[in-house]
Amino acid sequence: MTENRPLSPHLSIHRKIPTAVFSIFHRFTGFALSIGSIFIVLWIAILALGPNYFFIYKTISSFFIFKIILFIWTIGVFFHLFNGVRYLFWSFGIGMKLKTVHNSSYLVILLTFLTTIIVWIAV
Amino acid sequence: MVKFTLPQNSKVIKGRAYKNKTSLGDKKILKIYRWDPEKKDNPRLDTFEIDQKKCGPMVLDALMKIKDEIDTTLTFRRSCREGVCGSCAMNIDGVNTLACLKPMSDVKNEIKIYPLPHMRIIKDLVPDLNQAYKQLESIKPWIERNEKDQNASKSKKISEKNQYPKDRLKLDGKWECVLCFCCTTSCPSYWWNGDKYLGPAVLLQASRWINDSRDGRTKQRLKEINDSMKLFRCHSIMNCTYSCPKGLNPAKEIAEIKKSIVRQK
Repeated sequence: MTENRPLSPHLSIHRKIPTAVFSIFHRFTGFALSIGSIFIVLWIAILALGPNYFFIYKTISSFFIFKIILFIWTIGVFFHLFNGVRYLFWSFGIGMKLKTVHNSSYLVILLTFLTTIIVWIAV
Repeated sequence: MVKFTLPQNSKVIKGRAYKNKTSLGDKKILKIYRWDPEKKDNPRLDTFEIDQKKCGPMVLDALMKIKDEIDTTLTFRRSCREGVCGSCAMNIDGVNTLACLKPMSDVKNEIKIYPLPHMRIIKDLVPDLNQAYKQLESIKPWIERNEKDQNASKSKKISEKNQYPKDRLKLDGKWECVLCFCCTTSCPSYWWNGDKYLGPAVLLQASRWINDSRDGRTKQRLKEINDSMKLFRCHSIMNCTYSCPKGLNPAKEIAEIKKSIVRQK
């Protein structure tokens, strides 16, 4: 009879708690960035091929969709960076009170968007 | 292993609705997870209606009222009704907590009640906690004296091991745990690796004994727990701290254990 026992529902019924959402986004951005960085490198590597191939670089760069993807990628970079710094603090047991954790997560969002916008204005 | 979906026999189906025919002064709807081991059906979600004016304020009061007046087969664990025993742990409104400490007024609409997540169900809201208890046993949750103390005790030089108040203070935030496993069963890491990862409740207990000045096995305890699966599946998701009905912080205590492992020589 024990093998018959059902497994109680988990992901589907548990509330999406902000800290957990940040954690999953940290993993997701980490994964997406590692894949994305390959394409970024390819994109820049075209420049190394010489002047004859410059037009490929230029056409790719001129696509509007490419710019959107690059913008999202920038958000990912900064989110992963700032959230990663938060994890470093946690490794020392610092800032792990629930209230501090919530506040620092707002700070991560704020810094992410600020830096992304600054970078894009500067470029 | 990570498996996001439920097995076929665990999918929750629509259940019965128990309509309350009497006029309800202050109606509250409760949706409760039901599973009967004597039937071969899938688990279902039953709907109950109660009058809050004729019921105590907590979710546990409502459960007992339903068991008394509507359906006597409703099964759940409970004992102290004041958050000391840790029996009535369940998932209420999406968060694990003790039913006796959760006021119904905290939930605006209908109250959804499930058993502790990702556990084998014995009946209705009663999960099988055997694995969690075995894991607790594995960290040896009792004082073990070192050889020096044992010999001194044998030669009657000391009869008891005293503790300074400042050392006693180190146990605050750890001894209060009632082992309800709200934290452990809220942890996604534990959902996916529950067979190997000890989970926040057991790790909090581990830190309670690691930090006890009277214990003589601190180094061995740290060594035993220093394992990529047992301890380091904790990724500071912090669901445990969010859930804890006693307001403890298992995530921080786990971080402190990791720190002590790195710092010890």
